[in-house]
Amino acid sequence: MRDVAVVGVSMVKFGRYNDKDVVRLASEAAVEAMRDAGIDIKDVQVLVSGNLYQANGMVGQRIVKEIGATGMPVINVANACATGSTAFREAYLAVASGAYDIALAVGSEQMGKMGLLGGGGGGDPAYNPEGIMGTNLMPGVFAMTGVEHMRKYGTTIEQFAKVAVKNHKHSTLNPYAQYQIETPLEMVLNARMIAWPNTLYMCCPTGDGAAAAVIMSAEKARQYTSKPIWVAASVLTSDPWTERNPTMWDVNTLTKMAAKQAYEQAGIGPEDLSMVELHDCFATAELVHYENLMLCGEGEAGEFIDKGMPYHPNMGGKIPVNVSGGLLSKGHPLGATGVANIVEIVWHLREQAGDRQVPGAKVGLAHVIGLGSACTIHILKR
Amino acid sequence: MAQETATQEQVQEKKVKPLVPFLRIPDGWPDEPAYVFASRCKACGALFLGERYACGRCGSVEQFDEVRVSDEGEIYVFTVIHQSFPGIETPYVAAIIDFPEGVSVRANVYGLDPNHPDRSWFGKKVRMRVEKIRVDREGNDVVAPKYYVVE
Repeated sequence: MRDVAVVGVSMVKFGRYNDKDVVRLASEAAVEAMRDAGIDIKDVQVLVSGNLYQANGMVGQRIVKEIGATGMPVINVANACATGSTAFREAYLAVASGAYDIALAVGSEQMGKMGLLGGGGGGDPAYNPEGIMGTNLMPGVFAMTGVEHMRKYGTTIEQFAKVAVKNHKHSTLNPYAQYQIETPLEMVLNARMIAWPNTLYMCCPTGDGAAAAVIMSAEKARQYTSKPIWVAASVLTSDPWTERNPTMWDVNTLTKMAAKQAYEQAGIGPEDLSMVELHDCFATAELVHYENLMLCGEGEAGEFIDKGMPYHPNMGGKIPVNVSGGLLSKGHPLGATGVANIVEIVWHLREQAGDRQVPGAKVGLAHVIGLGSACTIHILKR
Repeated sequence: MAQETATQEQVQEKKVKPLVPFLRIPDGWPDEPAYVFASRCKACGALFLGERYACGRCGSVEQFDEVRVSDEGEIYVFTVIHQSFPGIETPYVAAIIDFPEGVSVRANVYGLDPNHPDRSWFGKKVRMRVEKIRVDREGNDVVAPKYYVVE
């Protein structure tokens, strides 16, 4: 594999766009990322589109028909919540393999207000197991991930809630966040319960949005920028067999596997990270990933948040996690999410992150989980 | 006479169907007990709910022993769902229940106060009762395993 750099990035702020369709959102992100890279559509040799809700809708080709149908190869990717990051990875592989020199990854989603409960689908509703055979709703699934941590290590509801307090506080510095509302601990704890112990503010909002990244070979990158951001690791795992999976979804094992591979690929350890954007779809999920990504030891995640370790350095943190506000504040349009957290890291590594800039950021890790399951980890460095 | 035959046919056509594929309902149910069953891989010993074609752990194909899963298990972890699909009554206690055979079932637990979730629920014993829960579009009875706290 040869060296690959991210040269252009862009993100359409997540939110509700009733007046725009998903192709328009994706096209805006793609055009801005190309402008950022200093290229136009004729320079793009392959486009990878990540979109989940329209996975059979040829979103990638529709983007190209909007912004320049050059006849290039277009790939459509779906991988649950890891859709966008998998699209980024496919674009990365297309260049790293030597097959192409310039690739464009675009993640997009339009979710409206349906939320993470998902669709009921067809079939006879008499056979819907939800509410009899426990739950398979995302808030419940990720709640149980946290409750397992509670059982093993005595983690408290307050510790999970502190994750939401942190990410919402971070969001106040990020104009790209869907919600920029500070939520003190009491406010989080007293909010409407969704799936115990996750209250409303411990669940990510859904919405619409898009993000894009232009990826180039080292040689090409140096022609277009003096500040290439290098892809030091790109890893994708699926969940291996574990005892209770899939009766109980296991988001830990595949993340641990991915983290180990990513640190090896990048030749660094967790202590070398300047910042982490990880998959905080629910507050309970973020907490377990402190351990899965080896930001702290096994069973130490509660103490890690109690001590304020994952806060922005300007707020006293040591290993900043989700300075963007995370999915909890920034929003989670499924196909866009994975590209957007890479965009966030690129902005920091280029010192372009405004008020939320992590001072002197050199290395960043982006982690995404798609339930089912898929885990991506990308490590970027300047 | 003809009418009576038709009625008998209708009765025979009406079936008892499991909500989940890993619940085995004998013809004599409810006199004869229904039970949850699992498949154990002869090659590696991994246990899976219901029938299997191949082993998701070792890849071995069509080499399984059927295992009858106990009616009694214990709560591994849980949550309480306060927001669900329209038409589903909330709140409800949703759990992962471990069974001594080495397999787990995802199910509601009845007999706990959903408004007061508590650490003492970890390891709590539950017992299955197979109950009719609904009638499907074709008029068949849908039955499900339901797990009640053992007092």
